[in-house]
Amino acid sequence: MNIRENIKTLIIEKPLKLDCGQTIRKFPLAYETYGKLNENKDNAILVFHALTGDQFVTGINPITKKDGWWSYAVGPNKSIDTDKYFVICANVIGGCMGSFGPSHENPETKKKYGTDFPVITINDMVNAHVNLLDFFNIKKLFSVVGGSMGGMQVLQFVSNFPDKAKTAVPIACTSSHSAQNIAFNELGRQAITADHNWMDGKYNSKNTLPDKGLAVARMAAHITYLSKKGLQEKFGRKLQERDDLKFGFDADFQIESYLRYQGSVFVDRFDANSYLYITRAMDYFDLVKQFDGNLSNAFKETKTKFFIMSFTSDWLYPTQENKDIVIALNAIGANVGFVEIESDKGHDSFLLEVPDFLNALKNFLDKSYTENNNEN
Amino acid sequence: MKTEYNFIANIIEKNSTVLDVGCDDGTLMEFLRKNKNVNIRGIEISKEKVQICIAKGLTVIEGNAELDLKQFPKNSFDYVVLGQTLQAFINPEIVIKELLRVGKKAVVTIPNFGNWKVRLDLLFKGTMPITSSLPHEWYNTPNIHMCTIKDFVRFSETINFKIIKSLALINKNISNISKSNIFLKNLFGELGIFLIENK
Repeated sequence: MNIRENIKTLIIEKPLKLDCGQTIRKFPLAYETYGKLNENKDNAILVFHALTGDQFVTGINPITKKDGWWSYAVGPNKSIDTDKYFVICANVIGGCMGSFGPSHENPETKKKYGTDFPVITINDMVNAHVNLLDFFNIKKLFSVVGGSMGGMQVLQFVSNFPDKAKTAVPIACTSSHSAQNIAFNELGRQAITADHNWMDGKYNSKNTLPDKGLAVARMAAHITYLSKKGLQEKFGRKLQERDDLKFGFDADFQIESYLRYQGSVFVDRFDANSYLYITRAMDYFDLVKQFDGNLSNAFKETKTKFFIMSFTSDWLYPTQENKDIVIALNAIGANVGFVEIESDKGHDSFLLEVPDFLNALKNFLDKSYTENNNEN
Repeated sequence: MKTEYNFIANIIEKNSTVLDVGCDDGTLMEFLRKNKNVNIRGIEISKEKVQICIAKGLTVIEGNAELDLKQFPKNSFDYVVLGQTLQAFINPEIVIKELLRVGKKAVVTIPNFGNWKVRLDLLFKGTMPITSSLPHEWYNTPNIHMCTIKDFVRFSETINFKIIKSLALINKNISNISKSNIFLKNLFGELGIFLIENK
């Protein structure tokens, strides 16, 4: 599979000093755009993807041949209306869809980086992304939007570049990764590194893949994206193509078969080392600590208008963690709206067809955009 | 639009900052934004109403005045508005204190339980009053702490806040409440509108 020909890549010339201390130079950033940038260049929305997302937000992903990860929300007349806005999304550094990551070749050793790749952070990701603004000659984005890890990037972006986004929509996220979040990520990493095919991260040069481990990591994570109620309603104790229990360890239950399927399709499109790096970046995310225990200071003097959303059944990034961001913003008189969306689809709600969510997102963006144009 | 919105707008100075507590569908917020050019925010407990506000381009957070006002620092707003909901809180005293901490001044409106129709209802029917502004039965009303205009004035003395302006709404007309006319205003007023601040 030659993925390169379908991937737009920008080579970032400006050296980027990472939080770990290393500096990266001339690194690739893979991106995709949707819609048209208007003459005033004031209709651009930078979308940040979540852990396993990529730059192919909507339409058919040319690599996986499946719908883009946010097809429900992004497209003509959708919440993020590509007839109106110019949508940019880039693969995070550390990722595996063309941006600089552990599956790239190390020019010094002529081998793939693997675990020699520097540990990256959410801060590093947005510092890499901001180069897209220069590339498109955009002074100020109309909005920065993202869910889950994408939401963390939204927060970090506004904190790092307070005058580069008119509006910001962090969805189902947190300002500081919780012990539970770290625990689940560690479970995933352990599953990968325990696979003997992982080979200390050098699986590429040994022509093998730790796909069992990566699949287990995905299965475990997938459970955290759903809710108990959602699972119960969708699967209950329904059996998988059989009339009775088989008294063995095959997938008797539909939920087992479903998880196995989720794991197996994931390994076809995702790199195990990238999974290690990106989950690590999430775990290291602590905007509260970065600002000495006071989250409000992360947004000091921000003029950005925020709209934060959480979901009732999301137990991975629960409402309270989203509300903490609202509280920090209100404490400094920032412009922030907030709503908790009723949904039994768990953390995944932001990726799915949840009309209340999609409407709220659309209404916030479209109204803010009109207001913005009236002011100018 | 509710009749009292005009009178609330008259109290609020142009270009000020306002927080509407229990902003409902944002009608008052829009009205104040348009007519008074205020910088306005809202808090609303109902998700559906918050959604309506967002669709109107208003900045609103989903929340409860008893729990969620504490996130705002002292004197965050020139005015905090509490429209016809004081009676629905478990602890109105805490709410009033919070309003006056968050806002330099507060505008509080109360449906007057001292109104003659309410009094007659109870006197002749012997059942809990149901009127157009108080449409619920006793067992499903959110209004657990009904008070009269007179009660609210006494409340200001008990918990020590200052009433700068007090108005009674009678038949879509507004009039000042004073010590000498409070008996009549409390009898005929449908709604009390109070501008208050800390002593």
